[in-house]
Amino acid sequence: MRLLTFALKRLGRLLLTVLLISTIIFFVIRVIPGDPALVIAGLDASPESVAAIRAKIGTDQPLAVQYVRWLAAVVRFNFGTSLSTGQPVTQMIIERFLLTLGLALLGMVVALVLAIPLGILSAVRRWSVWDYLGMLFSQIGMAVPGFWLGILLLLLLAVKVHWFPLFGSGTLKHLVLPAVALGFARAAVLLRLTRASMIEELSREYVVTARAKGLTERMVKYKHALKNALLPVVTVAGIQLGYMLGGAVIIEQVFSLPGLGRLFLTGVYQRDFPLIQGGIVFIALAFSLINFAVDILYSVLNPKIRIG
Amino acid sequence: MGSAPLLAVRGLAVSFQRDRDGPVSRALRGVDLSVDESEIHGLVGESGCGKTVTSTAVMGLLASPPARIEDGSIVFEGRDLLGLSAEERRKVRGRQIAMVFQEPARYLNPSFRVGSQITEMLGLHLGMSRREAEARAVELAGLVGLGGARRVLQAYPHELSGGMKQRAMIAMAISCNPHLLIADEPTTALDVTLQLQILRLIARLREKFRMGILFISHDLRLVRTVADRVTVMYAGRAVETTSARELYRGALHPYTRLLLASIPAAQKRGTRLKVIPGRVPDAQAIPAGCAFHPRCPLAEDRCRAEMPESREHEPGHAASCHFVGKPWPD
Repeated sequence: MRLLTFALKRLGRLLLTVLLISTIIFFVIRVIPGDPALVIAGLDASPESVAAIRAKIGTDQPLAVQYVRWLAAVVRFNFGTSLSTGQPVTQMIIERFLLTLGLALLGMVVALVLAIPLGILSAVRRWSVWDYLGMLFSQIGMAVPGFWLGILLLLLLAVKVHWFPLFGSGTLKHLVLPAVALGFARAAVLLRLTRASMIEELSREYVVTARAKGLTERMVKYKHALKNALLPVVTVAGIQLGYMLGGAVIIEQVFSLPGLGRLFLTGVYQRDFPLIQGGIVFIALAFSLINFAVDILYSVLNPKIRIG
Repeated sequence: MGSAPLLAVRGLAVSFQRDRDGPVSRALRGVDLSVDESEIHGLVGESGCGKTVTSTAVMGLLASPPARIEDGSIVFEGRDLLGLSAEERRKVRGRQIAMVFQEPARYLNPSFRVGSQITEMLGLHLGMSRREAEARAVELAGLVGLGGARRVLQAYPHELSGGMKQRAMIAMAISCNPHLLIADEPTTALDVTLQLQILRLIARLREKFRMGILFISHDLRLVRTVADRVTVMYAGRAVETTSARELYRGALHPYTRLLLASIPAAQKRGTRLKVIPGRVPDAQAIPAGCAFHPRCPLAEDRCRAEMPESREHEPGHAASCHFVGKPWPD
């Protein structure tokens, strides 16, 4: 019951955030120099045709009217049509978003699968071979840029031996290498965090209690300490997932994946305002939704949070 | 009381060494301590005297390294715990010997419901089913005075008050009917009115379950009111053991006598509060001879050279001092 009110509160905050962001986006876009009507019409267009285009895309209206229209459209999840392709922006985004989402999720899976077991092992067997291996791994992971790793993976696993396709999309196999390239650096950070958090939790007094109760070492470590140790990991992983949605541009470029990042890049080049606006609001929404999900997950794990 | 004590610690010596070439702390230097069945035995001393190391050793929870058991035995119900395997010791913990800690807020796991922290023991030690364990947890909560047992068991530790947390901790400790309960400063973190309630609860549980209780405290006054017998520790040794009543009338060891004299009391209003001069020695540099001699008003040359053995001066009243009964200087 308390979880439900907590969830509703967070949902309200989420909607407010998205509203705020769409407002900011709307005005920022209009401050940036460059008239979209001119871009569409071309430099040598007649004033009449430019005015016609303005009327068509609505930029001839007063700002307040434009703003209200914009909000009304956003609420209905309608971001207008792309200036360059004429397709509905929402449809374009969703087509690309599925790929980016898949990539981000798979990247996070890679990161977690690498980071959590190795992080726990490093903490439980401190100063062992595992610990040094983990530290080495995280050093490398933090030092190596994702795009470089991506190129390296392509050279080795797609060019030298043909285990994975060189480019293209559509199957899970296409996503494996980019996901590894994307997840590797995240794994390095999460590994350190898991290790540090687990070490800290193992030194807590409740661990003494658990041992004094005669629980097995396995229960002490992997039930009592681990549940607390994973709290910060969940938070950071959630934030990282959000960033991966918007920030996979480079990896998408390296692997020629038609994801959101590339869509926005072309949108910016072509001054495709509806596309940029819609895209940013969409990313903000996705980011907030992920944070919301993480908050809920976090409060299930950590009941103390629900008070606030 | 039976002939053999429930718990008999004999000559227990424990040292700590952090680094291979680092200094050695001699935390315990031959501790003798016994707890009888259904007895509350107080263990008193200043912080750093080895009370907690003693109880941790009895629990089998000393981390080794850095701790090392050099000598001695811990006989519980006829068997030497130091001879058991790690797995056998684990099965004793929580089942036959249970422990309550000083700060329940820190010693309860914040992420698990109070109820589940009780029932997990019942499943593990007594093989109870989930439903049996839940019913038993409700019963235990009632026993330790947690009103609205079911609601409390559903709560997380942070949702309970300090006193309720300690009651939950006690419920957990007594859940498997242990024969020995170690209470390490169980009331120190609580305010005064709660202290009394928890002390009463512990005394009542002793009556009901006839379990032996090792009650550890730095507060001699508190121990005197709750315990049957008292052992006073100083610098890793038990310097005096006697009944709580005898302690009032005729403490033998100078350290105990000074401790008693330093308790503030209403009758002594207006007089200067007595303090023991000097401070507890560092476990890395225990003075030769009697460890208390630098602070002792009775000390002579012999005290600086020869460590006094514990001797029984009256039946049930042992002290380790060369000059028991020597007149007190002003």
